[in-house]
Amino acid sequence: MGAMDTRGQTFVQRLSCVPESNGGLTAFRRAALEWVSEHGFPTTRDEAWKYTQVSPILDIPFTPAQQGMDLGLSPGWIDQHAGRLGGVRLVFINGFFAKGLSSFEDIPQGAKITNLASVEGSFSQSLKDQPNAFTALNTALARDGAFIQIPKNVVLETPIHLVFVSGTESEPTMSHPRSLVVAEAGSTATVVETHLGAATGTGRYLSNAVMDVALGEGAVVTHIYVQNEAETAFHLSHLGIRPGAGSRVTTHSVALGGRIARQEVKVMFNAPGAQAVLNGLYMPMNKQHIDNPTAIEHIAPQCESRTLYKGVIGGQGVGIFDGRVVVHPGAIGTDSSQANKNLLLSDTAQANTRPRLEILADDVKCAHGATVGQLDDQAIFYLRSRGVPVQVARDILTLAFADEMLNLIPMTALRSHVRERAMLRMRAEAQEVIG
Amino acid sequence: MLNIKNLHATVGGRHILQGLNLQVGEGEVHAIMGPNGSGKSTLAHVLAGRDGYEVTGEVTYEGRDLLAMLPEERATGGVFLAFQYPVEIPGVGNLYFLRTALNAIRKQRGLDEFDAMDFLEFAKAQMKLVEMDPSFMNRSVNEGFSGGEKKRNEIFQMAVLEPKLAILDETDSGLDIDALRIVASGVNALRRKDRAMLVITHYQRLLDYIEPDHVHVLANGRIVQSGDKNLGRQLEAQGYTGLNVPVTAG
Ligand SMILES: Nc1ncnc2c1ncn2[C@@H]1O[C@H](COP(=O)(O)OP(=O)(O)OP(=O)(O)O)[C@@H](O)[C@H]1O
Ligand SMILES: [Mg+2]
Repeated sequence: MGAMDTRGQTFVQRLSCVPESNGGLTAFRRAALEWVSEHGFPTTRDEAWKYTQVSPILDIPFTPAQQGMDLGLSPGWIDQHAGRLGGVRLVFINGFFAKGLSSFEDIPQGAKITNLASVEGSFSQSLKDQPNAFTALNTALARDGAFIQIPKNVVLETPIHLVFVSGTESEPTMSHPRSLVVAEAGSTATVVETHLGAATGTGRYLSNAVMDVALGEGAVVTHIYVQNEAETAFHLSHLGIRPGAGSRVTTHSVALGGRIARQEVKVMFNAPGAQAVLNGLYMPMNKQHIDNPTAIEHIAPQCESRTLYKGVIGGQGVGIFDGRVVVHPGAIGTDSSQANKNLLLSDTAQANTRPRLEILADDVKCAHGATVGQLDDQAIFYLRSRGVPVQVARDILTLAFADEMLNLIPMTALRSHVRERAMLRMRAEAQEVIG
Repeated sequence: MLNIKNLHATVGGRHILQGLNLQVGEGEVHAIMGPNGSGKSTLAHVLAGRDGYEVTGEVTYEGRDLLAMLPEERATGGVFLAFQYPVEIPGVGNLYFLRTALNAIRKQRGLDEFDAMDFLEFAKAQMKLVEMDPSFMNRSVNEGFSGGEKKRNEIFQMAVLEPKLAILDETDSGLDIDALRIVASGVNALRRKDRAMLVITHYQRLLDYIEPDHVHVLANGRIVQSGDKNLGRQLEAQGYTGLNVPVTAG
């Protein structure tokens, strides 16, 4: 990133002014905005953005999304498109909390689950860090998001579901949902984050989401992220995880939507003996571009990280896995593995895979690998020879490839919901091939 | 029901089938024997519709031009191939796979589709025929199956899909003595007046169980000799070199 060019400046100016905050956060927000003007937007010369050009985004005259849009939403629509998981569900429309669509059933004793606008002060720590220009913009311009605090030793039985719906009826708009999950020592929680395009007004919008997850000592957090934005939309998200000593975090990322989408997961192992499992599935079809950077910093000793991402890429889609594991000096006993497997469904589909490993410590165990392949012709013929039509045979084999990831998603209701969404994407691809 | 005239097949620059002629009547069982590399599996693949072959000649099946049909159309039309090397399909459950296949065939025949429960009952009954353990239904298609288990699975599939023309490509290879008896009696049980079979084998042993109506020798991409079941015994005794035809390996 370098100083900001005029295109970047115009982009930022259109997004207008920093919201007034309570709790002295306005200063953080202003600092974040200054950071953006100083550093500018990333280019493909920045290693972490090597595969995703931001210029198509900067060229669109986005203005801030306004509060109070209804976009044809109802609780039933949310059930259908985001899944009905039971328990707490917070719904945000274009980054603004939509109380009427949310439900606060079964909030466990002592847990604090609310929206950011009401507890901004709790975010001060997470607002200080600026991983890149878009997260900084989020810091400066976020209007709302979720705040979840699980007290010490509390075990949440039901998942907390955060649903971010975006859409625009006319002009291109941008929103910046900002969320924070604090799982205190010994607590256990599951957070589901769904991003999707609205029932109506699925035009050009940009959802620029940031979520931070802090785990106390021995906490256990499962994070499931389902990105099913409109295919005309842009989506950028950053999930920052800070595992405490001996804590365990598992993330499942399923990226289906967006014209250009980039969902980054970053894990900072600052405390010893923690474990992170990062699972991902991405399915760019048609002309979609879906980038999945992961960054795992092993700073403390005896931590373990396991990354497995799979890509199913059809049409003229571009799928990217850009995994970076850094084992810092002193991070002895680190155990890390990274794998990426891609399935190309067409001759024009493209997979970029780059599992990277930088080892600066001794006594570590690290493995990484990547594959890119196509459907097995012999298996297709075997299925067809039993009477299965060729497109169904292809779908069955594609789904079998994706199932390795989908089957890892906990909770049957969510798993079957996500699987159905993935199948719908595949069908869209199949139509493309036939028509 | 099956009439093959002057069939040629070329793949990877190799001219494998070189003017093959064969007629199979309804309900007949034909055995095809022949040296390694003579083109037996190629014939089976071409009949089942595998692509990648340059094919010329004429094949009519129940009066239809078989070569113009897609593999799935041939299957729903009653053609079944028990593969010499059944394919492993990780992640696709055996039960789901076979129900999908059967329902595609039933749809074609104007029958109601089976739901998961009904199908399970039906499948269990068919598994008994080849003494297959029902636990195989929960596994991925052929994944991790032993050679013999894969062959049983092929015959089990045949029992479920009820073809009109079954092509068994070396279904006896890799079976132990007991399994051979079980699979062969399974095949015998599936023998019907309206079900023809093309049994490709190297061993008379299988033909002792499944008595064929006709035995053919395929060599150099052609049927070079045909006879009744006694031809198999003769070959077993004398080998292909005992035949009065030029046979070159590969
Ligand atoms: N794709 C291919 N490219 C080149 N040669 C091939 C190809 N497929 C088959 N062949 C060759 O064609 C010949 C016939 O093969 P085929 O599998 O039909 O023999 P077969 O009679 O079934 O032999 P076996 O008894 O060993 O099973 C062999 O020499 C084989 O190597
Ligand atoms: Mg063969």
